[in-house]
Amino acid sequence: MSTAIAEIHEGPAESSVNYLNANYGIKSWLLTTDHKRIGLLYLGVITFMFLIGGTAATIMRLHLVEPQGALLEPETYNKLFSTHGIVMVFFFLVPSIPATLGNFLIPMMIGARDVAFPRLNLMSWYIFVTGCLFALAAILSGGVDTGWTFYPPYSSIYSHTPVVVMALGIFIAGFSSILTGLNFVVTIHKMRAPGMTWFRLPLFIWALYATSIIFILGTPVIAITLFLLGLETLLHVGIFDPAIGGDPLLFQHMFWFYSHPAVYIMILPSMGVVSELITAFSRKKIFGYSFVAFSSLAIAVISFIVWGHHMFVTGQSIYAGLVFSVLSFLVAIPSAVKVFNWTATLYKGSISYEAPMLYALGFIGLFTIGGLTGLFLAALATDVHLNGTYFVVAHFHYIMVGGALMGYLGGIHFWWPKITGRLYPDMWARIAAGLVFVGFNLTFFPQFVVGYMGMPRRYAVYPAEFQVLNVMSSAGASVLAVGYLIPLVYLTWSMRYGPPAGRNPWGAKGLEWTTPSPPPTENFEEPPIVTEEAYNYPTAGAVHV
Amino acid sequence: MALAWAAIPFQPPSASSISEGVDQLYYLLTGITLFFTVLVFSIIFYFMVKYRRKSPDQVAAETHTSMVLELAWTIIPSLICVVLFVWASALYVRNSRPPASSTEIFVIGKQWMWHLQHPEGPREINELHVPVGVPVKLTMTSQDVIHDFYIPAFRVKKDALPGRYTSLWFEPTETGTFHLYCAQYCGTNHALMIGWVYVMSPKDYANWLAGGEKTESMSQQGERLFTQYGCSGCHVADGSGRAPSLAGLYGKPEKLASGETRVVDEALIHQAITIPNSVHVPGRQAIMPTYQGQLDEEQILQLIAYVKSLGSQERNGK
Repeated sequence: MSTAIAEIHEGPAESSVNYLNANYGIKSWLLTTDHKRIGLLYLGVITFMFLIGGTAATIMRLHLVEPQGALLEPETYNKLFSTHGIVMVFFFLVPSIPATLGNFLIPMMIGARDVAFPRLNLMSWYIFVTGCLFALAAILSGGVDTGWTFYPPYSSIYSHTPVVVMALGIFIAGFSSILTGLNFVVTIHKMRAPGMTWFRLPLFIWALYATSIIFILGTPVIAITLFLLGLETLLHVGIFDPAIGGDPLLFQHMFWFYSHPAVYIMILPSMGVVSELITAFSRKKIFGYSFVAFSSLAIAVISFIVWGHHMFVTGQSIYAGLVFSVLSFLVAIPSAVKVFNWTATLYKGSISYEAPMLYALGFIGLFTIGGLTGLFLAALATDVHLNGTYFVVAHFHYIMVGGALMGYLGGIHFWWPKITGRLYPDMWARIAAGLVFVGFNLTFFPQFVVGYMGMPRRYAVYPAEFQVLNVMSSAGASVLAVGYLIPLVYLTWSMRYGPPAGRNPWGAKGLEWTTPSPPPTENFEEPPIVTEEAYNYPTAGAVHV
Repeated sequence: MALAWAAIPFQPPSASSISEGVDQLYYLLTGITLFFTVLVFSIIFYFMVKYRRKSPDQVAAETHTSMVLELAWTIIPSLICVVLFVWASALYVRNSRPPASSTEIFVIGKQWMWHLQHPEGPREINELHVPVGVPVKLTMTSQDVIHDFYIPAFRVKKDALPGRYTSLWFEPTETGTFHLYCAQYCGTNHALMIGWVYVMSPKDYANWLAGGEKTESMSQQGERLFTQYGCSGCHVADGSGRAPSLAGLYGKPEKLASGETRVVDEALIHQAITIPNSVHVPGRQAIMPTYQGQLDEEQILQLIAYVKSLGSQERNGK
């Protein structure tokens, strides 16, 4: 093994031609059909969108330092939280891992040369960028003030903001999700290398497979919903507004039919990343491979039938409430199974704590809290009190930021050496991971308390008794902001100045680590043949649990 | 038990008959969350320290998936979820059913204020006066967008939807002043759509009702509208008019021209006023004009109160 390590660090002389320098010029990027380059194109766009969403959040938290509002008019505040939510959900979190790491890694992990439909893949990126441009146009022309949930009749009739432009942006970006999902499903079915059976697939692939199914089945529904919203807004066709014969709850049913599964679009890929990180940094086979794999599918399926838990206080019938409540409890089980299996994977491992592992462990901790606080909202009697308060805000940020975003950052740090061929300074990365974890908890933990106290969300001003908790939250947000900016600096730095990474700096298993970093355009020097299970790390004798 | 918890800060006041039950469930959930968080964190920390890589070439020990463990951590959380579901649902079903003896108060959400009207007539804006120890049922709707009526101290919340009636109920157990919020984002001044609930002793409440301007009751106001808007021209009490008599109609199942049979409730009366053609009865021509845009939600509620009062009068008469 020590010789293996030495080889990793000195590195065999890599062939100098790789996907990054195979050809040059802006055209070679904008017309590329290489899944790796397309992954990087997405990375650029979503990082830009993340900065917009993050800036909006930072200004909001500054404003909320004072109960009467420190900075903004209510109207501006409303536009900021709407921008934050819309940009972060539809233009950052939904595409985050699938479009960047998924694009880069799926062919490499299954031993393929590219995705099944490379040109469709490039087209998906252009569609996504078009969607982003509409969203940016809506933001630049003043921004919308509907919240990311677009509830009518406020959004369709009463709001005087460019709702249709924003909705169109989301509508268009949705097709990018659908086509990407389709591409991934076909790729995973048809492009696996010889010997790469379903149960030899890395769990990241299982997670992305489940995510792709939600992309394909769920996204058309949000497209239809926003299309109908546009019809009502522009042509006054009565669909959702009761004053012209519509039903406002119909919108909520349709919206959450997509938007609840969308939460799992965000979290499932992160779960896939975490399975890769935990095994790589404890040098150990995953505990309960098939349980982790099938729990991803179970989550994808159940996620489609829990949407009504967003509507417990809308006057929905008691019996519908009961059914949605029990199904929502049910979706907690596969998530719990994953957490326990990751924890058990650490048992008797050989664990090291490079930055990606810190993110993975942070994910498990925060996802555990996020998941358990979901039980408060699945439980009918407590949801009545907590629905629409900061408790909900805290809960879903533990899932979507503490979970999805931590997984994304962990994945970016883990595969960065493969993507760029360079190492980043690990100490800085650990500091940033620590800041993100501390800053995150300081920001969002107080929101559980202030929510239980009764503070409603989306309030530009609030009663003075909530100030202490809000100031804590804002202080945490500034730590969090620093934690996000540091990686932006050292990762950018490393692209040029980082030491060469070699093929496999972490000593990880997986086909992507057998090829040079950065990989050649065709991914593998020779088409790989798979002869072993995933995570087949060397072990020192069997121990039975 | 309740006293011990009350010592903990960061808790909203608990002032209705359902608060304590909701809080108990909340504390149980908090306990479960703490237990599993501490469990997972401690195991991870223990493993992190115990199995940290001490030399670069250290390899892991081989472990095998254990069916016993997999079943245990699937079944135990499932059982906990079943208990939580049953507990929370039983409580919710109980909390959803207003006692028959409830006093009814009407609520209209409107950008960005709450209009409330007591059946005795007094109207309030962003304030609600109620007596302690008496169950109160709120019947709510919205004049424009979706709002949500939320009193944290009572642990109650329900959307006020345009074009529909929703209801919630509570029985205040403590006198005092409590926050009232709109908890569904409704536009620019959403955060200003707040107010206070004043829970008063029955005597103070009676004084409050008696004080202030003398107002007609809601059904009297409705009766006045009934004449003013010409409803009484067709809906003649003895049934001889062009439209059916409304006496005794409230709460009765009624066969509609569409073939559907519906119980005459608030929603049906609202629909009959705003979209009359959709609910006309067989044997009559659909000639009633719509009053949508002419009557606001407050006036429609007053008309409903009047129609309801006709029902009770007839029942009293027989």
